[in-house]
Amino acid sequence: MKASGILLTLMVILSGCQREERELRLDPPVAAALDQVALMPNGISGAPPQVYFALGQPYEANAYALSEGKRLYSWFGCAECHGKGEGGVGPAFLDGWWLYGPEAVSIFASIRDGRPHGMPAYRDKLTTEQTWQLAGYVRTIGAYSARTAAPGRDDAKQTRPAENRSPAAILFDEGPTPLHPDQGPEP
Amino acid sequence: MRLAGRLLTPALLLLSNCSGWQSALDAQGTPAQLLEQLILGIIAACAVVWLAVVAVLGRALCRRRPPTGAPLVLDERRERRMMIAVVAGIAATVVTITGFTAASFMTTRSLAAASPADLTIKVRGKQWWWDVEYAGSASQPVLKTANEIHIPVGRSVRVELEGDDVIHSFWVPSLAGKQDLIPGRTNVLTMRAERSGIYRGQCAEFCGLQHAHMAFLVVADDADAFRDWARTQAGPAAPESSDPLIDKGREVFLSKPCAACHAIRGTSAKGVTGPDLTHVGGRRYIAAGLLPTTLGSLAAWIADPQTLKPGNNMPLVPLAPEELRAVAAYMSSLK
Repeated sequence: MKASGILLTLMVILSGCQREERELRLDPPVAAALDQVALMPNGISGAPPQVYFALGQPYEANAYALSEGKRLYSWFGCAECHGKGEGGVGPAFLDGWWLYGPEAVSIFASIRDGRPHGMPAYRDKLTTEQTWQLAGYVRTIGAYSARTAAPGRDDAKQTRPAENRSPAAILFDEGPTPLHPDQGPEP
Repeated sequence: MRLAGRLLTPALLLLSNCSGWQSALDAQGTPAQLLEQLILGIIAACAVVWLAVVAVLGRALCRRRPPTGAPLVLDERRERRMMIAVVAGIAATVVTITGFTAASFMTTRSLAAASPADLTIKVRGKQWWWDVEYAGSASQPVLKTANEIHIPVGRSVRVELEGDDVIHSFWVPSLAGKQDLIPGRTNVLTMRAERSGIYRGQCAEFCGLQHAHMAFLVVADDADAFRDWARTQAGPAAPESSDPLIDKGREVFLSKPCAACHAIRGTSAKGVTGPDLTHVGGRRYIAAGLLPTTLGSLAAWIADPQTLKPGNNMPLVPLAPEELRAVAAYMSSLK
């Protein structure tokens, strides 16, 4: 009886040893495979490559990948057009209105290949891995469901709900006024 | 004899750490020398106090307690002697501590009231490197560099310290004491090297993941060498070279995201987020003391900065192998 108690305690303590994986650099073949997204002919939605699932969808659930995405967001000047998610020259992410659908592949394709009306292609400026990290992060800004993984906290003053608190859901619950009246009351 | 040898060897080994290019016990600048005298004086006084206390303790342990009579009967003479001993002890403590306080006060005041500076340098602490800007004057052109500060020997240098993101601390143990760099205010430190040489400095306030890799060098040159250095540094980078690889490197640098964060004077690269690279090949180290500047280390750094210095603010920029070689050659040519 006593031994099993000790064993249980030890197991609980041992579980503390598990730490989230930090993938500093992907193997080149894996990175090359991650670039092979199968998009629909209109460039919207599609299927991520098999290796994306083999890796365990790290760009949506891994705090390190999300943090890297957040750093890339500021390094590559995303805020120039999209602000801190509220939009500006470019569309907003915070309202959860995804012009090309909310799937990670669509966001990945938007960043990699660019989109009409001003979104430049970042194919030559970001590695495939960085593009996925950034896409995963951008997706959390307009997420409808809260995540367990969160990127690093802002150093500057908070201007919107944190990424892991499903900002889109919070903003939509605030009132009946749609943020895009021209596009209908619901996303 | 053997015991003495055994004790002496570790002592000598420890003492060997007291000199070198980053040691407060090997002071080569006036402020650092004043601080060194202060700490050595305090240690000497404390050693004397410790010896006196141990001597008194030893004597008390060895002395036999005199036979006592009735405990409530007071012996006038003994009482007075005990009182004198206690009062003398307290007085000695007060005098010593007051002496320390006064010495410390005088030293720090003399550090602040240093002679008027011949040169003003603005140092901005960033995560995790040092942005250095020399204020212009008649004999001194405005120039920007990073992680390597050159000063003339025997001249007082005013260093204006500013924080940019978090609190850092500027510390060149061989030349001066510590001074914090606080966002939103300017702190001033006066530095003076009495002997030419290269002194290493280090951030002395924990500032994040790569705090340990936030070092810099202070190079103290004689007046002529310093003037030559300043003239070279103030000039723009060479506009073209005879090596096609270097020209290709410049082209790649300007067309890739590099130019968004780094400035190279004389080209269209005007970024201010990262270190000024106008003469990066002439600095002794790259990435704030992480690696010595060689063609190989430059290429390694550009190829994968996040693995060499995880968490730093330089993203990996995808480059083809020949582009990487060209950019590294270009960086290394920027003397």
